[in-house]
Amino acid sequence: MPERLRPLSPPAVPHAAQPKAKQAAADRPEPSPRDRARPGALRVEGLVLEAQGQRLVDIEHLALPAGGVTMVMGLNGAGKSLFLRLIHGLITPSHGWISWGEVPCGPATSATQALVFQKPVLLRRSAAANVDFVLRARGLDRATRRDRTAEMLARVGLEGRARQPARLLSGGEQQRLALARALAIRPQVLLLDEATASLDPASVLAIERIVTDTARAGTKVIFITHDIGQARRLADDVAFLHRGRLAEHRPADRFFVGPQSESALAYLEGRILL
Amino acid sequence: MQDFGAAFGLALHLIATGDDNLLEIVVLSLKVSFSALTLSCLIGLPLGAFLVVRPFWGRGVVVAVLNAMMGLPPVVIGLLVYLALSRAGPMGWLGLLYTPTAMIIAQTLLIAPIVAALARQVLEGLYSEYDEQFRSFGISRLRAAAALVVDGRYGLVTVALAGFGRAVAEVGAVIIVGGNIDHLTRVMTTAIALETSKGDLGMALALGIILMSIALGVNLAAGGLRSVAERQAYA
Repeated sequence: MPERLRPLSPPAVPHAAQPKAKQAAADRPEPSPRDRARPGALRVEGLVLEAQGQRLVDIEHLALPAGGVTMVMGLNGAGKSLFLRLIHGLITPSHGWISWGEVPCGPATSATQALVFQKPVLLRRSAAANVDFVLRARGLDRATRRDRTAEMLARVGLEGRARQPARLLSGGEQQRLALARALAIRPQVLLLDEATASLDPASVLAIERIVTDTARAGTKVIFITHDIGQARRLADDVAFLHRGRLAEHRPADRFFVGPQSESALAYLEGRILL
Repeated sequence: MQDFGAAFGLALHLIATGDDNLLEIVVLSLKVSFSALTLSCLIGLPLGAFLVVRPFWGRGVVVAVLNAMMGLPPVVIGLLVYLALSRAGPMGWLGLLYTPTAMIIAQTLLIAPIVAALARQVLEGLYSEYDEQFRSFGISRLRAAAALVVDGRYGLVTVALAGFGRAVAEVGAVIIVGGNIDHLTRVMTTAIALETSKGDLGMALALGIILMSIALGVNLAAGGLRSVAERQAYA
């Protein structure tokens, strides 16, 4: 087993934004040794993404438990979306090591994951054809595809909309369709990038229910949100990013009672910390 | 100018009575240009989609060349095809010069770059939207290109119609490689040129009216399709 994907290099920029007190290792909701080999167990070491001389993401160490819901929070520009794309393998980091269940991040791991975007990217076809498209790309036969498509549309409550053009669905329905399509590939990890940011409360609730059920069924969920209420409802643990760095990663109950980093405390209290 | 009224009257008479000579010319014109359009779409749409989904070294140059080829003068294409197909040329043994096939080849060379370049522009906008989601699902480039063509179908119909309009209206290429032979390679544009120089303005005007009606019909069809696409939020 190679220890690193790419050589780690010492940080070139002094860590001005380093949290004052290092979080105690025991406080982190890390995977148990038994969990580490499961495909939902993310491990990140020395992850750095640089662009135009700026350090956009700089996470020294983060290990997520193999199951449950991890909420990723932070201000706009904190690097949450970039972090999600890095661990999914859509962006190549400048340095660092990312692994899922001890398997280095790459095409093999990203094939077992699905990402739902803030604005659903739907094909200009019917709702059913959108789900069918990703199943066909996986080489499933016609009968399996038809059954799976019907099953997934029913799961998100769109069974009556199968033949409608996807882009004529309402915003909430579109996002549910995107979620159905993501779940159709039976992902081991479900990544959501502010997937409920512009939806009405009923649609948000519908999506949260599906996400909770999915997590209970054993899929690891990593969910970016700005909605503190949503994070409280869903989170098993919370990773808080601030200016590209991991400010803290703690179990949800302890995070919401008293965050230890100044930036998370300010965020929860509604203050802006620059 | 007192001829004009008479010529116009004769033109309408020819169209209304469905003159055989006129009909033959119109049918051949449409046949040649539709064949050229079909071939151009078979070449141009995959090429346009490929240029969108597959980054490679020198793609910018290829795109620039393709865009420049959109403005190629038909007579130059005619000349090149003539050189290739003439008896002394590399493909002279096929005996295609002065046949409708030669005209189809020339028009295909004329509009395939137009179809490819315009298709690339249409599909590029679509791909910038789909790219990240496709990569997330691990969609292969081939499948991505095919999906772009399917999803961009309404925009691509407009592209095809633009190509057809160019093919059916050009005269330079078909007159060189076709030779404007009566009952064999005479199409609307070459016939208009000939009849005008002969002074048979009625026939020329009749063909001109039909040609313009086709252009108008094609554009109305494109507009209609576009509004259908917008209603289904597919545009």
